[in-house]
Amino acid sequence: MSATAPARPNAIRRALDSDLWYSFTRSPITVASAIVALICVGGAVLAPWIAPHNPFDLASLQLMDAFKPPAWEMDGDPNYLLGTDDQGRDVLSAIMYGARVSLLVGFCAVLLSVSIGITAGLAAGYMGGTVDAVLMRIADIKLTFPTILIALLIDGVVRAALPREVHDQIALYVVIFAIGISNWPSFARTVRGSTLVERNKEYVQAARVIGVSRARIMVSHVLPNVLGPVLVIATLNLGFAVLAEATLSFLGVGVPPTQPSLGTLIRIGNDFLFSGEWWITIFPGIALILLVLSVNLLGDWLRDALNPKLR
Amino acid sequence: MFAFIISRLLQALPVMLTVALLSFAMFAYVGDPVAIMLGQDYTIAQRDQLIADLGLNQPFFVQFAKFVVNAAQGEFGLSYRLSRPVAQLIVERAPATLELALCAAILALAIGVPMGVYTGLYRNSWLSRFFLTFSLIGVSLPTFLIGILLILTFSVWLGWLPSFGRGDTVNLGWWSTGLLTWSGIKALILPSITLGLFQLTLIMRLVRAEMMEVLRTDYIKFARARGLTNRAVHFGHALKNTLVPVITITGLQLGAIIAFAIVTETVFQWPGMGLLFIQSVSVADIPVMSAYLLLIALMFVTINLIVDLLYYAVDPRLRIGRGKGAH
Repeated sequence: MSATAPARPNAIRRALDSDLWYSFTRSPITVASAIVALICVGGAVLAPWIAPHNPFDLASLQLMDAFKPPAWEMDGDPNYLLGTDDQGRDVLSAIMYGARVSLLVGFCAVLLSVSIGITAGLAAGYMGGTVDAVLMRIADIKLTFPTILIALLIDGVVRAALPREVHDQIALYVVIFAIGISNWPSFARTVRGSTLVERNKEYVQAARVIGVSRARIMVSHVLPNVLGPVLVIATLNLGFAVLAEATLSFLGVGVPPTQPSLGTLIRIGNDFLFSGEWWITIFPGIALILLVLSVNLLGDWLRDALNPKLR
Repeated sequence: MFAFIISRLLQALPVMLTVALLSFAMFAYVGDPVAIMLGQDYTIAQRDQLIADLGLNQPFFVQFAKFVVNAAQGEFGLSYRLSRPVAQLIVERAPATLELALCAAILALAIGVPMGVYTGLYRNSWLSRFFLTFSLIGVSLPTFLIGILLILTFSVWLGWLPSFGRGDTVNLGWWSTGLLTWSGIKALILPSITLGLFQLTLIMRLVRAEMMEVLRTDYIKFARARGLTNRAVHFGHALKNTLVPVITITGLQLGAIIAFAIVTETVFQWPGMGLLFIQSVSVADIPVMSAYLLLIALMFVTINLIVDLLYYAVDPRLRIGRGKGAH
């Protein structure tokens, strides 16, 4: 794979020559999961353009088409590859739109945890003392409580505090906040650990000697050197955040039903499990598993590839 | 030993007080209990009377102290949704959740530890590879989906096991158990697998990693050199030394089991505390929510304490360290 034609732009050549790319191409499972992840993400992002139907266009919904089994079954309709749900919505299209919501929530939640975690971790690691003690104590307490429980509580409190209409409008942000806020300690701990190591290195001392401000040392000197592990945890956390969102939506406290995510679709389909319409639940479920499994495998690979001890 | 327990209890106190403050804040600032209790028609005088009766015009910390004293006696007021004492609701539901959590934990340990030992000892056998692949799927499958798939297979298609409820229960005093009837045990199988599968894979991976680590150490080589049987080396020496992290994680996971019981109980309509909680969240039934929050916090603190005590039993080094008065 190291066909390094001289005409190639520098950045691409460097990427193809890197250890990371080498270990990537050497692991078939990783390549496979990267392809699956790309299909999932691509299908989700491009849903409005490539989905065969628009499940939210009420005008195009035909109740006559409700409960159609997948195309390869006896009564299947080739128009609806994976069948239709109780309102005649195409399951495949609903999955693509649902994955969009799931991934959006997942990405934003991880972004929130990363920002809080990095800020807290840098502050705790670099400043030390009371700041460190207080921040890590909070992280400890936070880590003893499971994420789902905290997210549920936040959602419950917001639900109680706001009238229903307002709540439905901001439900998406509440879920992002709830998942994001309950995940930051893992980032904070990692960043703190790396910062403690970096803080005593010569380049930091040099920066201090020439009078660079504390905030600037933290942000532009220490931060770039502690980002590697953060990337790994962020990848693994994305799968986790998508699962957390799906679980919350399945419990009926996640995203509003007007913007169904994969978890909402599974919840809807669960009601029809006993009457034999298994495809309404199972296909969104498979999509969720494929998405999370491929992201987790990529995260595992990234952790091994970036860890010099294992080379 | 005694001093150690006391110091741990003192450490747990601020955590409990913080959680209590949070649940009290929910009580005090979210929703309006006075409006809920008065209903539609009331005069200003009635309203003031009720506020005075409930003590809501007293300073914050006086109210908080009252709340803590009441909570310590298990008094959380009435559920907004069901108009019954919260404590009574929780006591009714607790046996279901505890039985489920216990079965799931036993399942996870009884299968996870042997699987972990096996995969740690015979790393390259095909069975180990199969177990590892299985564990990866177990980690990536969300709890509720496992439940749905099990229901689909064993209830809808095969019709072997019930898909919801506890089956017939027997009352032993205030404790209602499903373990004494055949239908109760059948109803317990699918939820326990659903709840225990994630912990099972976690324990298996942990035991495997620890076994591989321990088997490399010198004392294992020495034990082999002494001519001990494989059995004695593997279980007497190796497994015993992997137990400290296994106990920690299992203990902490007990909390996670209770939290994820919410999901499992929803899937299987299991009449436990989790279902009660989720029904309360969707209608903002604050008294139940805050009582549940405090109860969970209490469980976590207790579990942490028990885990610490188990360290004592398993790891003699700690006993010596503490005995000298080192912290």
